[in-house]
Amino acid sequence: MATVPLQHDQHDAEWTLPSRGTVAMAALITAESSIFTIFVVAYLYYLGRDVHGPTPKDALEVPWFYSICLISSSFFIVLAERAIEHGKIAAFRLWWAITILLGIIFLYGTGVEWHSLIVDHHLTIATNLFGTTYYSLVGLHASHVVVGLVMMLFVLVFSLMGAVHPHHAYRVKTLALYWHFVDAVWIVVFTVVYVVGR
Amino acid sequence: MADQSYPVGQGVEVTVERSPARGTWLEVVHDWITTVDHKKLGIMYIAYALVFLLVAGFEAMLIRIQLIKPHNDFLSPYTFNRMFTMHGTTMVFLVGMPILFGFGNYLVPLMIGARDMAFPRLNAFSFWISSFAGLLLYYSFIGGVGLSGTGSAPDIAWFAYAPLTEKAFSPGHTTDYWAIAILANGIGSIGTAINIIATVFCMRCKGMTLSRIPLLPWLYATMSFLVLVAVSPLTACQAMLLLDRYLGAHFFDTQAGGSAILWAHFFWIFGHPEVYVLVLPAFAFANEIIPVFSRKAIFGYPAMVAASVGIGFISLGVWAHHMFTIGMTSFGNAFFTLSTMLVSIPTGIKTFNWLATIWGGKIRFETPMLFSIAFLFQWVIAGLTGIMLSVSAWNWQLHNSYFVVAHFHYVLVGAIVFMIFAAIYYWYPKITGRMLDETLGNWHFWLMVIGFHVTFDVMHFPGLLGMPRQIYTYEPDRGWNTLNFIVSIGGFIQAIAILIFVYNMVHSYFRGDDAGPDPWDAWTLEWATASPPPVYNFAIEPEVASRRPLWDRKHPEDPDSAFE
Ligand code: HEM
Ligand SMILES: [Cu+2]
Repeated sequence: MATVPLQHDQHDAEWTLPSRGTVAMAALITAESSIFTIFVVAYLYYLGRDVHGPTPKDALEVPWFYSICLISSSFFIVLAERAIEHGKIAAFRLWWAITILLGIIFLYGTGVEWHSLIVDHHLTIATNLFGTTYYSLVGLHASHVVVGLVMMLFVLVFSLMGAVHPHHAYRVKTLALYWHFVDAVWIVVFTVVYVVGR
Repeated sequence: MADQSYPVGQGVEVTVERSPARGTWLEVVHDWITTVDHKKLGIMYIAYALVFLLVAGFEAMLIRIQLIKPHNDFLSPYTFNRMFTMHGTTMVFLVGMPILFGFGNYLVPLMIGARDMAFPRLNAFSFWISSFAGLLLYYSFIGGVGLSGTGSAPDIAWFAYAPLTEKAFSPGHTTDYWAIAILANGIGSIGTAINIIATVFCMRCKGMTLSRIPLLPWLYATMSFLVLVAVSPLTACQAMLLLDRYLGAHFFDTQAGGSAILWAHFFWIFGHPEVYVLVLPAFAFANEIIPVFSRKAIFGYPAMVAASVGIGFISLGVWAHHMFTIGMTSFGNAFFTLSTMLVSIPTGIKTFNWLATIWGGKIRFETPMLFSIAFLFQWVIAGLTGIMLSVSAWNWQLHNSYFVVAHFHYVLVGAIVFMIFAAIYYWYPKITGRMLDETLGNWHFWLMVIGFHVTFDVMHFPGLLGMPRQIYTYEPDRGWNTLNFIVSIGGFIQAIAILIFVYNMVHSYFRGDDAGPDPWDAWTLEWATASPPPVYNFAIEPEVASRRPLWDRKHPEDPDSAFE
């Protein structure tokens, strides 16, 4: 049988590669960013082109409190990442739970806002271009929040069952990357909808 | 020493059964349906795409029969619309993308010396959701008008321009089937793209630094990046369209102030990069096949990588050359004319590198190489008509004429399909363990070249004479009659060629010569294992020290690794 040596001495050194979780998450975030870009462009393109009201000026209130909740959750998730890296499981659970709580508060805020828009201002997705673009952009973001929350809740449950260990830190970080992305997108959406758009 | 070596050439350590699973047919089916093996999924993608190639080819033949003479009433106008919509949609989404993903799935892990893709289960998910998309699209045919609410196939052209896709213009559900199919297909494509990127960058065997990754995985990574940034917008558009159709939103509803032009932008932001999603794998095949059949290492590897990545980037900034007639500013026209022409620099680099690789080589004219050489010619000509179209003033004359149809078929058939054939001839021995028949291959090749040129060279002329695309018939006094007749005949010649090819594939699977692990005396890692490869790909994980690991192993006296 013809065989040829396989070992090359110069490669005995460590052979390290980027982690596939991180690369895949970065790739997913790239794809998601372009989806959001399309919705943001549509929102900006249709600003002020409504045939009839209500317009953003009539209907929108700036959701300061809920936005602060969401943005600050990024800070708590970093604390959680640190904690699990250093093996402090109890602290990890605490920061992780706070992150989830803040996410839920944000989601509740979106619900309150939509309720008021629908009931008080009679704005639905079918009302006009503002309704169309507003609900789809904010809804797209909210659906990402939901997905993030569901995944984080799984981790919380596993952790309470004692199944999350410091060697899972890398997976926690990958999930946190997604959460940071969701937060960053909110900053964009917030700017577009409540700062530029009003 | 045995545990530190792996086999090349004739002797292969692991003998593999030709039929991977024995048992009842139910067990075999179960085996394929539940598989997460990248090779099986690759084969499934390829098989799925080849079936749709025949379907979409059949639709093309119906179109050409209808246009063979003026005032033909072979197809009704309604059926004609459905045929060209389904033909285009199928070819792009159910033939081109899956077959290229199939080869990527099969080859990328093997070529980088990995055991599987980075995420095998995501891989299976992507395949199944894409195939669901195909079935859903064709399900819309069933039942004629109305039965099960399916209507009878979309009739909105593959670019589905707004507002013709809105409920008011497109009642029934055919457009919904189209949008949902494209959406599902997009999700599958994005999943595969993520998987390919993670595989190429994170699964390389020991010693395979970035500058030693074979060109095919490099191009697949670039193509996957394009999928991430270009197919995602298409997926977003389908969501918008469905919101319009189901929830009464107004994204593309012009009566409520929505914009048809925005759809055109969004569609072509996907549509133009998409053509590079399709053509980059074709380049990738050429990069592997041309050197092996010229017996020379590829010329200018770093330039090849840089040019491919460059093409990927430039292609993101040229989309509006599909929209010159929509009425842009003259700045817009100038910008998109120039940016389109910019693509010719990296593509020129690639073309000259291929020529330099062939130059002075010991060329073997076997079928894969024949297809590759035809590809080179046809790619250059297609680029030239592309440059013509990118001149906005010219474009105003030629837009939506058969000249455009001729241009993009030159690329889609003359470059992409030709390279897909080359790739099948080249890797079929690896995948099945049997060689394809050379004589039949030659028949296939020559009939295909002749048919291709008869069809698409001639098709430019009715276009120049003003024949619009997508008309179901024409008046006899326009001077298009003979031209259309010739074009249709060319179509039939290609169809015969493809039937020969299908026969060859089936026949050779049972009767072909045994291929052995390395029938072409090639240099990349996929040839270092048995044909077909065992489930785990390599008995011992390989380790490389150059771009051509098998060359090093076959020629220890003159290894590439000594020059790196
Ligand atoms: C050298 C590079 C190329 C240039 C300069 C170029 C230029 C153009 C231009 C300006 C148009 C618009 C024509 C019109 O609608 O008026 C066009 C259409 C088209 N091109 Fe290309 N192209 C190039 C390569 C490709 C490639 C690689 C593909 C496919 C893999 C391709 C496929 C198409 C398709 C499908 C259309 C028609 C789209 C439609 O209206 O349905 N082109 N090309
Ligand atoms: Cu284009």
